[in-house]
Amino acid sequence: MSAATFDAIVIGAGSIGVPTALALADAGLRPLVLDQRPSLGQGAHKAAIGGVRATHGDPAKIRVGRESLEVFASWHEAHGDDIEWVTSGYVFVAYREQEELAFLRLLREQRRHGLDIDWLDAEALLARVPDLVREGLRGGTFSPGDGHCSTLLAGQAMAAAARRAGASFRFGERVEALLCEGGRVVGVRTARERYAAPVVINAAGAGASAVAALAGEVVAVKAELHEAGITEPVAPFLGPLVVDVRPGPGSANVYCYQTRGGQVIFCLTPEPPIFGEELGETSEFLPLVAQRLLRLIPRLEHLRVRRTWRGIYPMTPDGSPLLGWSRAQEGLLHAVGMCGQGLMLGPGVGTLVARMVCGGLEVDDHDTLRAWDPARAFVGQEVLR
Amino acid sequence: MATSRLEQHPILTVVPRADVPFTWEGQPCSAKAGEVIASAVMAHGTRVFGHHHRDGSPQGLYCANGQCAQCLVSADGVPVKACMTAVRPGMVVARVDGLPLPPAVDGVRALRGVERLEVPALIIGGGPAGLAAAKQLGAYGVRTLLIDDKDRLGGKLVLQTHRFFGSINAVYAGTRGIDIATRLAREATAFETTSVWLESTALAVFDDGWVGVLQGGERYVLVKPQVLLNAAGAREKALAFRGNTLPGVFGAGAFQTLLNRDLVRVAERVFVIGGGNVGLITAYHALQGGVQVVGLVEAAAECGGYRVHRDKLLRAGVPIYTSHTVVSANGTAAVESVTTARVDEAFRPIEGSERSFACDAVLVAVGLDPVDEFTAKARAAGLRVIAAGDTDHVAEASAAIFGGKIRGLEIARELGATDDEVPTDWLRTAEVLRAKPGATVAREPFSADAGVHPVFHCDQEIPCNPCTSVCPQGLIHIDEDDIRQVPRYLGEAVAAACLGCERCLRVCPGLAITLVDQRKDAAFPIVSIPFEFDGAPLREGEAVTVLDAGGEVLGNVEVARVRPAGRGADGTSIVKVRAPAAIAGRIAGLRVQEPSVGDALERYQPQLDGDDVVCRCERVRAAALRGCIRAGERDVNAIKALTRAGMGACGAKTCAPLIARLFAEEGVGAGEVTPGVRRPLFVEVRLGAFAGVGEP
Repeated sequence: MSAATFDAIVIGAGSIGVPTALALADAGLRPLVLDQRPSLGQGAHKAAIGGVRATHGDPAKIRVGRESLEVFASWHEAHGDDIEWVTSGYVFVAYREQEELAFLRLLREQRRHGLDIDWLDAEALLARVPDLVREGLRGGTFSPGDGHCSTLLAGQAMAAAARRAGASFRFGERVEALLCEGGRVVGVRTARERYAAPVVINAAGAGASAVAALAGEVVAVKAELHEAGITEPVAPFLGPLVVDVRPGPGSANVYCYQTRGGQVIFCLTPEPPIFGEELGETSEFLPLVAQRLLRLIPRLEHLRVRRTWRGIYPMTPDGSPLLGWSRAQEGLLHAVGMCGQGLMLGPGVGTLVARMVCGGLEVDDHDTLRAWDPARAFVGQEVLR
Repeated sequence: MATSRLEQHPILTVVPRADVPFTWEGQPCSAKAGEVIASAVMAHGTRVFGHHHRDGSPQGLYCANGQCAQCLVSADGVPVKACMTAVRPGMVVARVDGLPLPPAVDGVRALRGVERLEVPALIIGGGPAGLAAAKQLGAYGVRTLLIDDKDRLGGKLVLQTHRFFGSINAVYAGTRGIDIATRLAREATAFETTSVWLESTALAVFDDGWVGVLQGGERYVLVKPQVLLNAAGAREKALAFRGNTLPGVFGAGAFQTLLNRDLVRVAERVFVIGGGNVGLITAYHALQGGVQVVGLVEAAAECGGYRVHRDKLLRAGVPIYTSHTVVSANGTAAVESVTTARVDEAFRPIEGSERSFACDAVLVAVGLDPVDEFTAKARAAGLRVIAAGDTDHVAEASAAIFGGKIRGLEIARELGATDDEVPTDWLRTAEVLRAKPGATVAREPFSADAGVHPVFHCDQEIPCNPCTSVCPQGLIHIDEDDIRQVPRYLGEAVAAACLGCERCLRVCPGLAITLVDQRKDAAFPIVSIPFEFDGAPLREGEAVTVLDAGGEVLGNVEVARVRPAGRGADGTSIVKVRAPAAIAGRIAGLRVQEPSVGDALERYQPQLDGDDVVCRCERVRAAALRGCIRAGERDVNAIKALTRAGMGACGAKTCAPLIARLFAEEGVGAGEVTPGVRRPLFVEVRLGAFAGVGEP
């Protein structure tokens, strides 16, 4: 039986796989996206809260993040579908000297890379976010070009665009084997069928290790669990997405924003981290996050919580993605380990992957690929993870 | 549009309550002490509570049960569900048009955190099943926490003015639901080991086995039970039809709640959708509350509810249209009329058969869905969970009471409080009580020509036998082992005779027993008829229209005497009429509603405004969802991402079954469809509660 043939196979129809398929199709290839789940974005993607920023802490993320941000911000204009994008800006608040100093230090670095970001003193910050607790507020950074979108609509819109550009999607098919000939990948086999392609891209999110294992390879991705929640919609009052990186009991930070539809989405990073892939919700999350939020934005008190959920951050040891060709199997490319930033990095990662596959890497791309080399020595930790 | 408070009711006692002043849209109003906002504003004639933020369409009360969030209003600046929030003196209540702005909060408030509590048994729901289980657990000394989201125990029993089926021994048969609620609540809470939290809502079962409870509407508490009993009951199924979000379209239970619990008449003329027991009973309750019932449609060829319930309506003069459905509710700000049509074998409306009826409310009673989310989540979390009552198996309250009793014993056993096993005859009784209506039995026509005799107008096998328990002469027989049989009058077969005591008339839940007394005049016997409407207008010598069991008019006869529902009679009066012998044995009831009430409008009213809404919360219409299905989507989660269906305040409780139905209508088998993921919370609660903020 001859296998259906494509120019590339993308494993995973999530935050990375979908924009990657779009970029490949835009580059003139005919990619196939395979996903084991019944429909688009049902892994980590749909748990993403929708924040999109270029204001990262390291140059590679800043580069890729900026390219992604541009895609989200111009999506409506470029493609016609509404992904509920809002250029709200991001605010990182500082209530302690240590955060103030860290943000100011980072600010110089971020500006050096051309990011539009400012330090606002307490009064200026309160003018932007009047509902922040005033007591102890020292100021914060404000990056007006960042924003947020509906994760669900963005995923659907990008998949639709990818389909229009010639990408195919198959759901409910888990890749069981990589097909290899003469030392390189020539396709994949699922429970149902075989598909041929000269390039296979591992964009399997939390399932990245399983895909790498098909090539006898290990990728340094470990699933970490985060919980989020969403309230009922209310009239707009919140403005920018607010991040508070002060550690608290059981948490490393907390952040929230108001969607264009008026709902407030909130999330925290558990400390110590919780590893695993169990998506069940914990009884700890709501009390923990509610106390943190009300100590930051007391006005959230009367908003009713509608739903909570848990999602996976495919973490790497240093907080930066793994992007590069497999060392074990020619033709296999890893685009994994997005550390919870798959949505906001996805379009930039997708176009970079397309340049890797089709040729045409730019000068900066080589720096990015060095920084994100899956086989790098992992040292340090990204500041704004 | 005059809505009003009931000043009298044939069954319910109207207890004077203190007035609580508040304002609605700046106008001074008054509520009754303890009353929720929804009932108070509707008592003042308001139907429109605000306008939806998505499309600006008017919205009002729909479920009256805290499930759907259509009744959003602003109370002292805070958005709340009007159906679950009691009016406080001086409360400023206003419409919510579009999205409300959250009130400003000045500075960080004291946060007390969240209490955790471990209990052997936690029961969610203080209705018939939960109370019966609690009673059983109490008897075995098991420490039990019973929570209920309402301000009194009894669940939906507190809405039921009719007498209950089943048997007196097992489940208080022949007693009215409202009275069963009181008795059962008293019995269930008589134990020191039982704690009850009222106005306390279960919000979630978390993966670590803790149950999130909002205690007293305010304080968030995490409870970890060894065994969880989900007795949360059932919720009403919704129905998609044009105009279904108009204020005045109510879940039938919502209408019952306002009428029978809060004594507020929210409509003058109602039309009922659905001929199951809920629809039939609601229509009857409407009549008792002085509301006209314009008609009732049932899509199937026969009503699915008990025939005795149906017959009560037919005798009262309510038209029942089987093989009919609702096409649209019509009106601009609220319901002004309803359009119905005949359906074909596939239940599709037949074009050209449409008719419209003037009405100010449409009551949707198209079945119940178990509130099973707690069970599913608890199972996934590995928490020991048992379901009881409607949550386990949607059936009559009598079945829920008995099922709850069995579950209570099972839990007591599991917790080591007893070695008693569930007796096998209990299991048998539970099965009988759960039975759907069975065969119809042909009865011999009444043929006696002397003496006094009861006449039975029930001819359908349903689990019910109180008549056999009350006859002092032992003249009425149903096999104890299977109380689904229709009662048999033993008559001359035993050495006793009917005394004419009328006890069987009064106890019969179906009002399906009359008494024909030929002792004084065999040609013009006296027929005694049980009657549950306000008997005051009926006077001796007055002419009344009598009908047979199925509603056929037999003629006009003269009232001989009315024995009012005095002490001990518990709301049922007995009307005695003098009737010719030829019809005496067929008379089953009196007409209470003029036939002209059911007249159709001359022309049918098309509802032109758009398509039927499937997801009320997000105003997602059927066409959008069908489009997704036709485009090949088979994952409800993907459809949600595309349309927002299921992302609203109710957490997909209302639309999930409707979307499943759309798939079926589009020819997609259930096996092909991936259901939507259900996550906490199951009821929206303000963030402040989770942080432990006190009462504002």
